[in-house]
Amino acid sequence: MVENRPVLTILRHLVLGLGVVIVLFPVWVAFVASTHPQAALMSGAAPLLPGDRLVENYSRLLASGMSQAGGTPVGLMLLNSFIMALLIATGKIAVSLVSAFAIVYFRFPFRMVAFWIIFLTLMLPVEVRILPTFEVIADLGMLNSYAGLTIPLVASATATFLFRQFYLTIPDELAEAARMDGAGPMRFFRDILLPLSRTNIAAIFVIMFLFGWNQYLWPLIVTTDESYTTIVMGIYRMVNVSDEQPQWHLVMATAMLALLPPVVVILVMQRLFVKGLVETEK
Amino acid sequence: MAGIGIRDVVKRYGDTKVIHGVSIDVADGELIVIVGPSGCGKSTLLRMVAGLEDITGGEVSIDGRVVNRLEPKDRNIAMVFQNYALYPHMSVYDNMAYGLKIAGLSKEAIRARVDKAATMLQLQPYLDRKPRQLSGGQRQRVAMGRCIVREPAAFLFDEPLSNLDAKLRVQMRLEIRQLQRSLGTTSLYVTHDQVEAMTLADRLVVMNAGVAEQIDTPMNVYLHPATTFVAGFIGSPAMNFMPGRLGADGRAVTLDTGAPLRALPEPIAGHGEKAVTIGVRPEHLTLVGSEAAELTLRVGVVETLGADTLVHGALLDKGQAVVPVAGEGGEVLAARLPGNVAVREGDTLPLRVVEGALHVFDRETGRRLADV
Repeated sequence: MVENRPVLTILRHLVLGLGVVIVLFPVWVAFVASTHPQAALMSGAAPLLPGDRLVENYSRLLASGMSQAGGTPVGLMLLNSFIMALLIATGKIAVSLVSAFAIVYFRFPFRMVAFWIIFLTLMLPVEVRILPTFEVIADLGMLNSYAGLTIPLVASATATFLFRQFYLTIPDELAEAARMDGAGPMRFFRDILLPLSRTNIAAIFVIMFLFGWNQYLWPLIVTTDESYTTIVMGIYRMVNVSDEQPQWHLVMATAMLALLPPVVVILVMQRLFVKGLVETEK
Repeated sequence: MAGIGIRDVVKRYGDTKVIHGVSIDVADGELIVIVGPSGCGKSTLLRMVAGLEDITGGEVSIDGRVVNRLEPKDRNIAMVFQNYALYPHMSVYDNMAYGLKIAGLSKEAIRARVDKAATMLQLQPYLDRKPRQLSGGQRQRVAMGRCIVREPAAFLFDEPLSNLDAKLRVQMRLEIRQLQRSLGTTSLYVTHDQVEAMTLADRLVVMNAGVAEQIDTPMNVYLHPATTFVAGFIGSPAMNFMPGRLGADGRAVTLDTGAPLRALPEPIAGHGEKAVTIGVRPEHLTLVGSEAAELTLRVGVVETLGADTLVHGALLDKGQAVVPVAGEGGEVLAARLPGNVAVREGDTLPLRVVEGALHVFDRETGRRLADV
């Protein structure tokens, strides 16, 4: 829009500000709740101004966790979630980069069949195949391990599809020029395709990191050992304590902590992320 | 350095044959231009020499060595692509050095070669830039630099100038010519632009529908086109074709309208009383007095170019009826007259064919009957 009228500008900012308030209000409430003692949240009216228990609540959580919910320190849960999300994101990117490379640049029998099978799995979320996958992982003895947490999730139809679409936009001549220059397929992949995919990798990394971080059902099923509890599982466990009032102040503090790493990842990758999603120029 | 031999090369995609047995011998240091309309198979042929397409039949040899089954990198050739195909994330220097790096040359040797090529191409100030920071002409030079540093037995050019604007194209055309001369590297050059083809080539290959119609020097192709296709493709505006008949003596030529043309200086033996296609280039028609006229043209469109005036119009017979002609603008006759001739639409121009400028083709096969 080229129009520049002051009334419109004010209106625009009002609408945007309203949007920000709507989105941020729950986060604010959660933050405020995490700074109060338990009793303050039991009165029925949620406080809107921060309390005085910020340091106390958070340090208790990070060090020892909530005793009623198994007592796993939140710090460990964060670490578990981080490792899981990182492994899933890098695994997904590694696998899909290579499989997209195979589908686009190599002629082999049933190439399109392979592509369509991968494409079809887009429609099957983790939950649909959770029982057979659990059976396989259990038989392989991978329960209660990072491998069990991540390996079943590293195949990604979405990422494969996105990388395929990206590779298709790279002119064939580039591959041919590399061939004339004497670069073999893997050399071409490493020297040309990987550097060109940089922004796409960043964008997909962010999406897949969030996907990994937010996993709930799968970690819940494959881990029974407390030391593999992830943060998302942890929160739920804290809410569902038996025979007691839920300790909302600690739950909210945990939620705040769970928010942080994805936010940091997005902030760090933001520039590349946006570029990766909109880039058309090569 | 060495030549390229292409012998009876055939290309088939499934059941479709796109190249029907082409043979070209490129001598050492020669620049051969393959020219033809789009879809004639010229790029496919080049890509077969490069090793980017499989060769269905026949034989390609480079430097006396049959390369049919060799990978492109083992053929000792370098190629300039139509869209340059520079690696967008690498600097100009790295673009040129990449092939050498893979070949395992030492850092110093690579630097020496790239520096030499960059100096030759005036690319020294741009070595650290990325391709997107360069103009079209500079990118084109980088693409050539990438070829030069490899010091190959042959250069392959695949329409390298078609992405440039007209002025730059002329300039780069000259640069390519000079470069190829000074390096003396055997080159195969594919283009659809006949001016490019005429100006660059030592010898020209005119291709049509997967067949090499004629292989000769540019001047010979212009003066003695082997087929009606070549005659119509090379030269602008295109040659005029009129149906006619060769007399029994092999010298007299008559248009189907009955109008006699100037007799041929040399008789064409063995083709007496034959239905022929008569070709006359627009630049070989001159304005004469009406008593000497062989052809009468009723002016349709006049194009004033300054030095020349192009006249397009209908060919008339004695009864002023229009005679069908095959020329550049469809069924009209084109004539290139001096720029100082004043003609207007609707004028009737008496024209005569310049001595020895008639081309006679077999009407059935389209092949040239003789040099006239």
